[in-house]
Amino acid sequence: MGNSQTKIRVLIAKAGLDGHDRGAKVVARALRDAGMEVIYTGLRQTPEMITEAALQEDVQVVGLSILSGAHMTLVPKVIKMLQKQGLTDVKLFLGGIIPDEDKSELTKLGVDGIFGPGTSTQLIIEDIRKACQ
Amino acid sequence: MPVTRTQAVLNGERLALTRTLSQVENNTPEGNQILEELFPHTGNAHLIGVTGAPGTGKSTLVNQLAFDYRHPPEGTKPPTVAIVAIDPSSPFSGGALLGDRVRMQDLAGDPGVFVRSMASRGSLGGLASTTAGLVQVFDAAGFDIILIETVGAGQAEVEIASLAHTTIVVEAPGLGDEIQTFKAGILEIADILVVNKADKPGADNALRALRNMLSLTQPEKNVVMHHGKMMSTEEAPAGDAEPDQEWVPPVLPTTATTGDGVAELIEQIAAHQQHLKTSGGWILREQARLKNEVGNLLQEALHQRWNSSIPPADYEKVLDQVVSRQISPRRAVDKLIKGAGL
Amino acid sequence: MPEQQESEEIRKNLGEWKKETLQPTLDRFPERREEFITTSSEVVNRLYTPADLDGSSFDEEIGYPGLYPFTRGVHPTMYRSRQWTMRMFAGFGTAEETNQRFKYLLKQGQTGLSVAFDMPTLMGFDTDAPEAEGEFGRCGVAISSLKDMEMLLDGLPLDQVSTSMTINSPAAIIWAMYIAAAENQGVKRDQLRGTLQNDILKEYIAQKEYIFPPDPSMRLVTDTIAFGSREVPLWNTISISGYHIREAGSTAIQELAFTLADGFEYVRWALERGLEIDEFAPRLSFFFNAHNDFFEEIAKYRAARRIWAKEIRHTYQAKNPRSWLMRFHSQTAGVSLTAQQPEINIVRVAVQALAAVLGGTQSLHTNSMDEALALPSERAATIALRTQQIIAEESGVINSVDPLGGSYYLESLTNKMEKQAYAYFEKIQDLGGVLPAIEVGFFQGEISDSAYRYQREIDQQVRQVIGVNAYLDEKEPEIPLLKMDPEGFRNQVSRINKVKQDRDQGRVGQKLDRLRIACQGTENTMPHILEAVHAYATLGEITEVMKDMFGIYREENWI
Repeated sequence: MGNSQTKIRVLIAKAGLDGHDRGAKVVARALRDAGMEVIYTGLRQTPEMITEAALQEDVQVVGLSILSGAHMTLVPKVIKMLQKQGLTDVKLFLGGIIPDEDKSELTKLGVDGIFGPGTSTQLIIEDIRKACQ
Repeated sequence: MPVTRTQAVLNGERLALTRTLSQVENNTPEGNQILEELFPHTGNAHLIGVTGAPGTGKSTLVNQLAFDYRHPPEGTKPPTVAIVAIDPSSPFSGGALLGDRVRMQDLAGDPGVFVRSMASRGSLGGLASTTAGLVQVFDAAGFDIILIETVGAGQAEVEIASLAHTTIVVEAPGLGDEIQTFKAGILEIADILVVNKADKPGADNALRALRNMLSLTQPEKNVVMHHGKMMSTEEAPAGDAEPDQEWVPPVLPTTATTGDGVAELIEQIAAHQQHLKTSGGWILREQARLKNEVGNLLQEALHQRWNSSIPPADYEKVLDQVVSRQISPRRAVDKLIKGAGL
Repeated sequence: MPEQQESEEIRKNLGEWKKETLQPTLDRFPERREEFITTSSEVVNRLYTPADLDGSSFDEEIGYPGLYPFTRGVHPTMYRSRQWTMRMFAGFGTAEETNQRFKYLLKQGQTGLSVAFDMPTLMGFDTDAPEAEGEFGRCGVAISSLKDMEMLLDGLPLDQVSTSMTINSPAAIIWAMYIAAAENQGVKRDQLRGTLQNDILKEYIAQKEYIFPPDPSMRLVTDTIAFGSREVPLWNTISISGYHIREAGSTAIQELAFTLADGFEYVRWALERGLEIDEFAPRLSFFFNAHNDFFEEIAKYRAARRIWAKEIRHTYQAKNPRSWLMRFHSQTAGVSLTAQQPEINIVRVAVQALAAVLGGTQSLHTNSMDEALALPSERAATIALRTQQIIAEESGVINSVDPLGGSYYLESLTNKMEKQAYAYFEKIQDLGGVLPAIEVGFFQGEISDSAYRYQREIDQQVRQVIGVNAYLDEKEPEIPLLKMDPEGFRNQVSRINKVKQDRDQGRVGQKLDRLRIACQGTENTMPHILEAVHAYATLGEITEVMKDMFGIYREENWI
């Protein structure tokens, strides 16, 4: 009918054992209010679950929230699995407390952006929009 | 390109499937082309609509239903299950928070299950045809069972659930003094009524109230209940409503969080399917469903066509005339249609 | 509070002041903002006077420290007799590393221990569980079996120090390990002093570190309360926590209301178990956040004490005044720390700690400046402890009891928060109580809304956070961060293997089977958990039995 409409679809996932979901929820709501469709997965998602959800929901962006410090174990796994599923075009953003030395390593592995404490939601929205252009 | 993707969907390749679902949802020309090619391969799945007010535990029930379908008694081949979970878009931002997966974690890691969340986005007609499109993709991809979950808060969602072969209306105790379905008026579309959260106080009352309600409405409602909302009493062939073939919607208690009652629900779904097939209801529903889809698409297409033919300034001008009470809304429509060259 | 006549006089003068003095000033110098709000987005008036305290009675609402309703504090002399306990939360890596840190802290003048556990321990997993991958020792110490607990407590005077343990879902198991380790050291149960957090309700509400569904979890909590009141009488079996509710994004009022509602829920469960209110109420303790807004925080503590006293005395009919008084631990707000310009966190912590002290806290943890970046380094933790010592020894605020009592602003704020808390109690009641309200996601939704509003206020510059959206510094922070011992994980896993090799397998199986039966029935599980722990059954093994019997919980409503 010619009236095609696309929306940015984002998966927000909490990885790791911790249950601190304040940031994930705030970001999810901010993205919704910016007109995006946000799929929230809930707590304690394994890399397998995150990848599966990203595939089934065909999201352009995966936002991972990790506050337990297990990012260097979990993130490389997620990246590898996304690639294995053929989801090479999916952008991966990270939220949480990530030390500087880990940041550069994660960026090298293919993380598209890392949002530490104090990041404004506008910045997150802008970065996601830019990445989806 | 579209041809290979169509083939990939038919082969059950998940990446092709998910990308096709997006194309269909976004109503792209490519999506429509693939849908065209997939359509001959549809018509095999059992479509099950699940609807009910917020807080009734629908998603958890859908999770448990899918889980039980995937774990049948020893020796039975489990059917593959697709889930379309629909949640409302924000009318302000157009965005949406889709959280049904939170309640569907038992299904993670099962290659025989595919869960897709969908925001309601635009109009009712648009949503209905998009849902129908998504369901056709899943159907062609070979999924045996397709569960369509909607929030039964408004007529829109209710109608979408009623597009299914079997419609389950979910209720729960303690959501207020009255049974929610009374208010929403969605009892009529139910093939199966479920009182979920049956372990909570008030469940017996809810069961009793629903059964009472049903026995009161039974005589007048049987035709409608056979065919869902979209077929009026006059349209229904008379021979179909033989008393011995009548489907009386069962009222079942379930506790989705523990799985209690879900096996019985699956039995009733199968019984309903059986009933539809033997009574000829299956074909009638298929017809009604497709007729409805064509109707929706036609409406949308006509609206589109009209919309693209009328200059926005003309539209505004006519609206202004209505606002200043120079012409009536009806007269305005007349003018607008003529002005669009129809 | 003022007499009728006096009050009229005040109103009259206030009206005159507004007209004659205030208005001309406002005409010439408008105020900087249209509205001034607290950290919880509550509007604050320009000025408070005795007129704001109309209708409240000094004796009934404010009164005297050490006397009902304890608005001014739980002791008549407060810090003039005994300072608050400076209790720094610590724990990372292996039991040995944390044991070293504890010994260091005791040497620095700390007066109580506080154990932080790592994520796998908090979730009932042994370090070698697949679910625990990458999480070992990152936010606390790993305790997988009694052996680890023995290492953790090695050489510490357990008959003298009091130990606080931040553990919830597996609290009964970890507590059993503590008791068993002490017994193995020759210290008896009834000599042990300390606090178990053991507050499962706030896990469902805020922190989300739950394992089992609410009902069996509440049963386990009630088991520990019942066991403690008879066997470990000096132990606080529960620390009903608003801290995490606040960290999850609630307002001060929500922290106050939800925490107290949780407290009353525990009381009801214990009463239903057949315990007498005066038998266990004196061992219930609380844990609050100390956030940025100085007066709002102080009012929160004072309102909390008053509500608790009123309810425990009148609604729950406690006769012993010790049951009425609310004792609480406090911790400065982790969420208020910034990763930007981390040194300025020292100042934030000082202000927050001062509020906790002026609010009458019984013990206090001050956060370290580097905690928005990593676990605290020893240096940062020392500065945080010194902050408390400066308040205690140099500031002079402890010389008089409740020095802010009678402040028009503070007392009016205290009254207002009390009223707002009761409004929440009513809402919770309407939903059928705390557990049904959790099930429909009421608390979670309220907190999530507040968290979102707070973030928007920052993003829209309604609220200034120094270093984040105001007074930025381009320079990246350079402070030394704590490094983990890379060998820790391997040592820990090999210790678990050795424990499993050395123990009497038959005995472990037998004790776990017995525990399974206890879980199935209604008897108190604590004695059976203790037996299993003594036999060196691991945390993961015991949790597994309970998961089998109780099921697991998942959050259904998420916003």
